[in-house]
Amino acid sequence: MKRMMGLALAALLMASGAARAEGEIKVGEINSYSALPGFTDPYRKGMELALKEINDAGGIKGKKLVIISKDDGGKPGDALTAANELVSRDGVVMIAGGFLSNVGLALSDFAKQKKVMYLASEPLTDALVWSKGNPYTFRLRTSNYMQAAMLAEEAAKLPAKRWATIAPNYEFGQSFVAAFKDLLKKRRPDVEFVAEQWPPLNKIDAGPVLQAIDAANPDAILNATFAGDLVKLVREGNTRGVFKNRAVVSYLTGEPEYLDPLKGETPEGWIVTGYPWYSIDTPEHKAFLDAYQQLNKDYPRLGSIVGYSTVKSIAAVLNATDDHSNEGLVKAMKNLKVSTPFGEIVYRGADHQSTLGAFVGKTALKDGKGIMVDVVFKKGADYLPSEDDAAKMRPAN
Amino acid sequence: MDFLLIQALSGLASAASLFLVASGLSIIFGVTRIVNFAHGAFYMLGAYVAFTLTDRFAGPLGFWGGLLVASLVVAALGALMEMVLLRRIYQAPELFQLLATFGVTLMVQDLVVLIWGPDDLMGPRAPGLSGAFSLFGRLVPSYDILLILLGPAVLGLLWLLFHRTRWGVLVRAATQDREMVASLGVNQKWLFTSVFALGVFLAALGGALQIPRTTVTHYMDLSIIVEVFVVVVIGGLGSVTGAFIAAVLVSELNAFGILVLPKISMITVFLVMAVVLVVRPWGLFGKPDAAPRASAGISVRPWKPMSVLERSGVALVVLLAALLPLVSGSYALSVGSEILVFVLFAASLHFMMTVGGLSSFGHAAYFGLGAYGAAFAVTYFGAPMEAALLLGPLLGLAGAVLFGWFCVRLSGVYFAMLTLAFAQITWSVAFQWVEVTGGDNGILGIWPSAWASTPQGFYWLTLAVVVVGVALLRMLVFSPFGFGLRAARDSALRAEAIGIDGKRTQWAAFMVAGTFAGIAGALFAFLKGSVFPETLAIPMSVDGLVMVLLGGIETVSGAVVGAVVYKALAIWLMSQTELSKLVLGGIIVLLVVAFPKGIVGFLEDWRHRRPPAPNGAGPKAAGKAATEAAPVGIAKLEAAR
Amino acid sequence: MNALLEVKGLVKSYSGVHAVRGVSFSLQAGEILALIGPNGAGKSTCFNMLNGQIRPNAGSIRLNGEEMVGLPPRTVWRRGVGRTFQITATFSSMTVRENVQVALLSYHRRLWSVLGYAGAAHREEADDLLTLVGMDQQAERPCGELAYGDLKRLELAVALANQPRLLLMDEPTAGMAPKERVELMRLTAAIARKKDMGVLFTEHDMDVVFEHADAVMVLNRGELIARGSPQEVRRDPHVQAIYLGEGLLYDAKHREEAVQ
Repeated sequence: MKRMMGLALAALLMASGAARAEGEIKVGEINSYSALPGFTDPYRKGMELALKEINDAGGIKGKKLVIISKDDGGKPGDALTAANELVSRDGVVMIAGGFLSNVGLALSDFAKQKKVMYLASEPLTDALVWSKGNPYTFRLRTSNYMQAAMLAEEAAKLPAKRWATIAPNYEFGQSFVAAFKDLLKKRRPDVEFVAEQWPPLNKIDAGPVLQAIDAANPDAILNATFAGDLVKLVREGNTRGVFKNRAVVSYLTGEPEYLDPLKGETPEGWIVTGYPWYSIDTPEHKAFLDAYQQLNKDYPRLGSIVGYSTVKSIAAVLNATDDHSNEGLVKAMKNLKVSTPFGEIVYRGADHQSTLGAFVGKTALKDGKGIMVDVVFKKGADYLPSEDDAAKMRPAN
Repeated sequence: MDFLLIQALSGLASAASLFLVASGLSIIFGVTRIVNFAHGAFYMLGAYVAFTLTDRFAGPLGFWGGLLVASLVVAALGALMEMVLLRRIYQAPELFQLLATFGVTLMVQDLVVLIWGPDDLMGPRAPGLSGAFSLFGRLVPSYDILLILLGPAVLGLLWLLFHRTRWGVLVRAATQDREMVASLGVNQKWLFTSVFALGVFLAALGGALQIPRTTVTHYMDLSIIVEVFVVVVIGGLGSVTGAFIAAVLVSELNAFGILVLPKISMITVFLVMAVVLVVRPWGLFGKPDAAPRASAGISVRPWKPMSVLERSGVALVVLLAALLPLVSGSYALSVGSEILVFVLFAASLHFMMTVGGLSSFGHAAYFGLGAYGAAFAVTYFGAPMEAALLLGPLLGLAGAVLFGWFCVRLSGVYFAMLTLAFAQITWSVAFQWVEVTGGDNGILGIWPSAWASTPQGFYWLTLAVVVVGVALLRMLVFSPFGFGLRAARDSALRAEAIGIDGKRTQWAAFMVAGTFAGIAGALFAFLKGSVFPETLAIPMSVDGLVMVLLGGIETVSGAVVGAVVYKALAIWLMSQTELSKLVLGGIIVLLVVAFPKGIVGFLEDWRHRRPPAPNGAGPKAAGKAATEAAPVGIAKLEAAR
Repeated sequence: MNALLEVKGLVKSYSGVHAVRGVSFSLQAGEILALIGPNGAGKSTCFNMLNGQIRPNAGSIRLNGEEMVGLPPRTVWRRGVGRTFQITATFSSMTVRENVQVALLSYHRRLWSVLGYAGAAHREEADDLLTLVGMDQQAERPCGELAYGDLKRLELAVALANQPRLLLMDEPTAGMAPKERVELMRLTAAIARKKDMGVLFTEHDMDVVFEHADAVMVLNRGELIARGSPQEVRRDPHVQAIYLGEGLLYDAKHREEAVQ
């Protein structure tokens, strides 16, 4: 019967492996294009800019760099299917990308199993390079732990002793809050955490959550919600006066992706990590900004930096060695230096984490828009455990 | 004390939007019997259109007028969808309407990004209500008060509409007895359209009213639709008052629940629903369906085991599939393995739905439990793949034993919703219990044994397991147990009257389906090398439903074809386009309209098409002939005595 | 001699309304007893209590001395009570023969078996039953497309599958042509005599009742108001009073014929 004809047919269609073109180096890239277009759109623009710059300058030793992008729909399972296609069918030399932590971890495990190098661009989870690190996975983005350390440093300077936390109820929120608590307690043994709220992602019931926080009467609040949840939280909190006379430390809130939607309702004086693209005057960033705006008629988001730096890192490692086998690339990637709009970064040899830094500042209102002021750039290397300590956190393999 | 009062007020404000959307869904279901999955999409569209309007026209008139106009515009869109799409499929099995509206939901998700862009949009605050007032020294947003008042106001207006207008009386009559209204000479078409438009209007208004509180996003539909379903079910399908009470109940329990257990929000509604359905199987204000819906979908063509020719055909296809590794690369094989895993998953759901008449909305639970079972076996007991593949499905079985016991007590939509609730509870346990399950970061390193670690090896393993699994399920269909199960589905009354314990039979079928789904899940874990909560999530359950319906609900093994077609299509689209949801949604809608019996059902119809007998004439004529022939039989018997 | 069925003081009320109030009667093996009464008299409620579908508020139902109250329908059936329904209940996705086969499988306690093709099980026994009711020609037909009268016959075959000691038939001949009614009832009577099976049936067609019943009971507003031979009941003034309005008792035959 015709029951399985479709299967055979579909498989045959897919079996026609693409021929490898001469003079090209192919790299696979996977991200949540359909599920998280808010992040991936600027990210893709950043990638495209870097790719254009590299190929305009002659590519990788005369060969054109080609990036094949696949959508993972926000699901680790689909990311693995895409990775498989890229590696088995398209014959890419390495894979990169990822936004969600679980997608990053899935790809990292895939990399370990299939022995192919994976450069995780955005996933923030610490497990990626530490507790679940493996020889084939590297990570670009400033991690949860690093940003928690940067914020804890600022938080410790506050007089506040009673803290409350609000974070989305999944691994990202849980591990960030845990790291922050730990790091703050180390600096300030006198603080106590008096309340915690764990709203589900994208479903915060902001009124009751804030009332519950308010009832504990904390001096300061740590927030790790973002996107739609953040807006609800800010609006309700402003109206209810929950943030009044309280310090707020808020993770990721300074990123244009999350700050811009707040428009005129941006709360002032929150201590945040983010990307103040309008007030960075380093030459590296200026060059990036000009090129980006010339190409796109839009300002960059943090995703643009991540996309741009991912491709720059890919080019750097491909240029660093002629041995584009997996082992060759992994070897070249260790301690590789890459210049990014945030300055030069190093992929540490011991734990494969890049030293990309982050901006910490305070939120403010300007012309009815939220911006970051009093911005300080914190170098990633200063907020990472030593390479020896980091190596000990990785599984032996 | 003051604090608790304020908390209660916050809960009421949250209940308002939930109620608006839920009441719309309930009204639509009451009259048209359509489970409108696209309700969340209309909620989202209401918010988007309202954003555009209020952004363009400032001031109080612009704002309030914008909300109203937006709701009306979306209601018109809803009416359009009803006329163009739903009118064609009212006669189809009820799950098909769910499938069609699910397809529309997928399309809308991509469309709003195309129209409004991917960024979150923040609309204006409500003019005059942007502030707060002080109560017991705490600030309460004035907008909350508006929402709190709006809930009962809408409830009252709906009551007036249904009790004081001719239209409303007709709607209520139709809710109770559709045939009766049809016989009154009422134009049923327009009654349905207007009811649908009203329901959509309420959903859109619920969405538009969110503008001053949050951002408008392209995923806000999913964040509400499931909860709305749950609220409607708790309240009792078709009951507006029930929806109101349920919305308040859920919101208040949540508002106070988080004071004690800050992580409870994720499952509050599902816990409430599970408890309510176990105690009151038809919801708080619902009534048992007076006349269970005629099983219009059930084919009059009884199932037969395959003929020798058909068997050899299947054997040939299996042989060809087994030869695939000789000609294709490893990507094709891993895709093939994935498709095969879903074939088994869909076949297990199909067994439960088609043979057992139990339409589960939470079948992913058993798939995911099987996957986690295998992962636990590997991670915590160091089991090899072979053992984990045997142990994993036992967790799926255990889940089915436990949940099935509660679920088979219910039927129809209530059954579907309780299965959904259990699946969501299981999902949130996997999602939150980070120490054991790794939370959303999942469990990694679940790779196959060496002999099955190549794509070829794993493909053959999967093929063998799936072929055996599907064959076993098929055997079960035609076994005495399968007959008993079908008997309980066809007529619970008759089945009981010939000694069949329907509930126990269905419970057993639930376990069978759960176990086979668990086997598929365990295979999936090794295919992917990891397990994530997504294996337990709603989209996985919906995928299974789509495969079954696509294959054909009235067929014995249609799910096999449905799974192959759907999964291959989904993987291919995923790889080719970022608008996969738009295309997939469109294809689903087209298939539902063109092949309401599914692909295999369509093919079988085509194969069995009789010479031109107009609808219904065939059976009747035959019946008459038989009637005349009958006395002969008795006469013969009498003669034989 | 002990009665096959001994019913005493059966009571059922729905939210205060008494549907059946204190019905008592007995039925001997091999006896064919008709239960008649106007619409809403409580006939169906009585039937549903007898096969365990509804639990009575009070009273006892003994089959060969065994108490049946509180048992679910499936257990009542196992004790040897077959029944047909007023609105036929059959398995519409199966063929005529398969309908009977399911009942036979259940009777032989094989429904939990997962091996073998059920369509091949008890085939001859099923065909015998179908022959008995005159449905053997239609054994392969989908049950979903049968005419109503044929469905009634199929139900009878299904109800006979467990070799019942007592057969309950709720309007067994409704929807049949007059000739068929006679055939069906004659057949039922023959089986009852041969197997010593008790039959209790309700019926609107008084010709059927008076021709085939050994005894007739009349139910009105939940109470038995008469019991006796067909002739006795026909002459009972109470019964005449009740049926006068409906005009069923004497001119039933003519009416039926006019309708046909």
